[in-house]
Amino acid sequence: MRRTVTFRIVVDPIRCDGFGHCAELAPELVTLDEWGYPIVQAEPFPQSDHELHRSAQLAVRGCPRQALTLQKIIAAQS
Amino acid sequence: MTVELTTRRVLANHLGRPKTLAEHEADFGPINRLAISIDVLRESGITGRGGAAFPTAKKVEFLLQQRRATRYVVVNAMEGEPAAHKDRMLLASNPHLVLDGAMVLANLLNADSVVVCIARDHVTTIAHVKAAIAQRGGRRLQGPSFEVQSPPGRYVAGEESALVHWLNSNETLPQYRPTRPSLLQIGRGGVLLDNAETHANIGLIARHGGEWFRSVGTASRPGTTITSITGNGKALVVEVPYGTPIRSILSGAGIDYAPRALLLGGYGGTWLDGKHLDVGFDDDSLRPFGAGTGAGVIMALPPQSCGVAECARIVEYMAKESARQCGPCAFGLPAMAEDLKALASGRNAAQSLSRLSSRSDVIEGRGACRHPDGVIRFVRTALSVFAEDFNQHAAGHPCQFALSPRVSYIPHQSDVKDLEWE
Ligand code: SF4
Ligand code: SF4
Repeated sequence: MRRTVTFRIVVDPIRCDGFGHCAELAPELVTLDEWGYPIVQAEPFPQSDHELHRSAQLAVRGCPRQALTLQKIIAAQS
Repeated sequence: MTVELTTRRVLANHLGRPKTLAEHEADFGPINRLAISIDVLRESGITGRGGAAFPTAKKVEFLLQQRRATRYVVVNAMEGEPAAHKDRMLLASNPHLVLDGAMVLANLLNADSVVVCIARDHVTTIAHVKAAIAQRGGRRLQGPSFEVQSPPGRYVAGEESALVHWLNSNETLPQYRPTRPSLLQIGRGGVLLDNAETHANIGLIARHGGEWFRSVGTASRPGTTITSITGNGKALVVEVPYGTPIRSILSGAGIDYAPRALLLGGYGGTWLDGKHLDVGFDDDSLRPFGAGTGAGVIMALPPQSCGVAECARIVEYMAKESARQCGPCAFGLPAMAEDLKALASGRNAAQSLSRLSSRSDVIEGRGACRHPDGVIRFVRTALSVFAEDFNQHAAGHPCQFALSPRVSYIPHQSDVKDLEWE
């Protein structure tokens, strides 16, 4: 049995005010739509990708509205 | 509004007015000692009638696992969907059946109160339910207390988290719920929330059992559905078993034309091409066509109607009904409504068509509630069912049905800028 750990960013759309800091802090993971609201990469990234993980943390901590969370996804593979 | 009864269950022995408690008991049997067990509920296989079609027994089990000192049962009769009128019809004929269902569920959950939620502009329905509650008060029954709450009747006000938020904080705003199933709470108490029609069916299951309930309908959606039908310039309600071919439902409702297309489920629902009339009205049969039963709505679009214009009207309404908490919904839906408006008028429509699908892809799944996803489902199915019309309009060709009367009913919305969200 092997555990794979991946991460992804999730947005609370009610909190988010669309100023777009997250897209500056983590451009690899967040793009903005035509109204300036974040579209986060739906595909989770692996734990081993430290650079992405670092950007994601920057975005999560840098969001002035605390609208972002870093979601840890643990999948058990046999 | 008229009623056509094909399978008389929750609308049985319709009198054209709400039955008194005595009449109700004469029809359905006494309410004393009425009870339901979780096993019977599970055996019945009943699913929610409000649109999500979730098994009610699972909801109850989930709530029983949460240790809560207080629990509430909420009856959702908000009916914010403009094409639906079944809950009002049900409460105007068999209000006690709905209260019976809520009562047995409250006793099963050990909840001391039942809250019936009816939109505040549905004044007659509120009066019917209050009268029914007063009649039961004379009985000194063991069981929950009943009260009526009347939030403002906005489209999203009936969304479950918005409704519970109203009961907590007097604001009908949907809440962000990242994990499902999520526990609905009033204060610290757990909440079981179901559509009024679901409660009425449970009132019958408590009397006749789960096997009886399953004797009509389909395996995955047993029982009947009260369907709100719009067509022929009339609004009707028909109770039919799930799985009844759409053709028979329409003829039962006296719709004598061959519809161009059908809007199923509601304004956040799905379009089905008029050639698929022999499909059964249940989610398993409709799924291959990308459609579903939603809140039990069928709008039969007459042959001489413009699909683009109808969609433009409905999406404009839905965009105005956004609770404007989430950017993609608050800005995205009005943008889609503008695209549709341009297409409907045929002016500056060239880019609108492709933008409509790309905007659908961008907005999908990015609201706190499912309001935008409903609109996107509506638009996507419209683009395929009315593909011909959309291409004609995008190319700027004159619409042959430009002068036909519009069919979809759009409730009056007070000046949107002043819309107050309570
Ligand atoms: S930084 Fe936060 S508030 Fe700003 S756009 Fe990104 S998620 Fe929204
Ligand atoms: S998705 Fe739209 S309707 Fe739902 S909470 Fe957000 S803004 Fe309100």
